Amino acid sequence: MKKVFQKPQSLTDKPMHYCPGCTHGIVHRLVAEVMDELDIREDTIGIAPVGCAVFAYDYFNCDMQEAAHGRAPAVATGVKRVHPDKVVFTYQGDGDLTSIGAAEIVHAANRGEKITTIFINNAIYGMTGGQMAPTSLLGQVTTTSPYGRKAETEGYPIRMSEMLAALEGAAYIERVSVHDIKHIRQAKKAVKKAFECQITGKGFAMIEVLSTCPTNWGMSPKESLEWVAANMIPYYPLGVKKEVE
Amino acid sequence: MARVTFDEDRCKGCELCVSVCPKHVVHMTKDRINKKGYHPATVDEMDKCIGCAFCAMMCPDVVIEVEK
Ligand SMILES: Cc1ncc(C[n+]2csc(CCOP(=O)(O)OP(=O)(O)O)c2C)c(N)n1
Ligand code: SF4
Ligand code: SF4
Repeated sequence: MKKVFQKPQSLTDKPMHYCPGCTHGIVHRLVAEVMDELDIREDTIGIAPVGCAVFAYDYFNCDMQEAAHGRAPAVATGVKRVHPDKVVFTYQGDGDLTSIGAAEIVHAANRGEKITTIFINNAIYGMTGGQMAPTSLLGQVTTTSPYGRKAETEGYPIRMSEMLAALEGAAYIERVSVHDIKHIRQAKKAVKKAFECQITGKGFAMIEVLSTCPTNWGMSPKESLEWVAANMIPYYPLGVKKEVE
Repeated sequence: MARVTFDEDRCKGCELCVSVCPKHVVHMTKDRINKKGYHPATVDEMDKCIGCAFCAMMCPDVVIEVEK
């Protein structure tokens, strides 16, 4: 018998601190598998966010740098411009990327920085205890929208991928999900393409991953995956939003 | 012939592996708890495992290795 599945080398042995069933762990593994397959672990520099993935620097077995909340694309810009031969990626949550870091991601994409962004959209602030994010769905109950999010007072959930796809500098943008095996496979292909997009020098690439936060959604891990399929995908359609040849 | 191995002390008892096994052979143990305090997932009827690795792909905590 030979091994057909094992922990990728681009993940360290450290057990991850994420809550049971949180899809952060799945996405970490996919990114690490892609690093292994492209054989870029020794040449990759990751930028960790503020949010539940703040300890990503302990889990990815490549060089890592922590950024201030939302500023990962700015840090990645600096790192990539100093080390144009390295592969540079950011890993960011939706609070990090769409609230406090909204300006940084827009301008990094618009400048066409040759970086790869992995964007975890779980429709909530996980780390700080379940506050509403710009991506929370209308009607979604969070600690700061106890009666459900209303468009009149909180605006509409932001479709970041569609927004960034409108920018000239963006080379490849796709939204994926990890709520079942078929979608996990598609997500991995997209992550791989996003790293290849950088390696071939095409420009800015972002993969938005629809994810779960069972703890703050108040659901079991399995119910959370079902909630993604039933509620998130209809509002956040999956697929390629932009791809330059 | 296929075999799955669980690194039991990493398991957080989320049950996602159980939900995707097409042969329904992954189950949660009831008789023991791991270092983290969870009932870890396991497979008893290993002869029924087809080595599809769905459980391992779904596991957020890289608990599972698959041989085939
Ligand atoms: C400058 C600054 N403002 C606010 C915070 C508090 N804070 C920490 S994490 C976070 C949001 C995290 O949510 P998200 O980015 O969606 O990631 P998740 O935890 O859901 O993975 C906030 C507001 C901070 N650490 N620094
Ligand atoms: S709080 Fe939510 S996003 Fe953070 S680790 Fe727990 S389940 Fe995951
Ligand atoms: S998916 Fe992983 S962490 Fe969850 S119960 Fe199964 S083995 Fe344990």
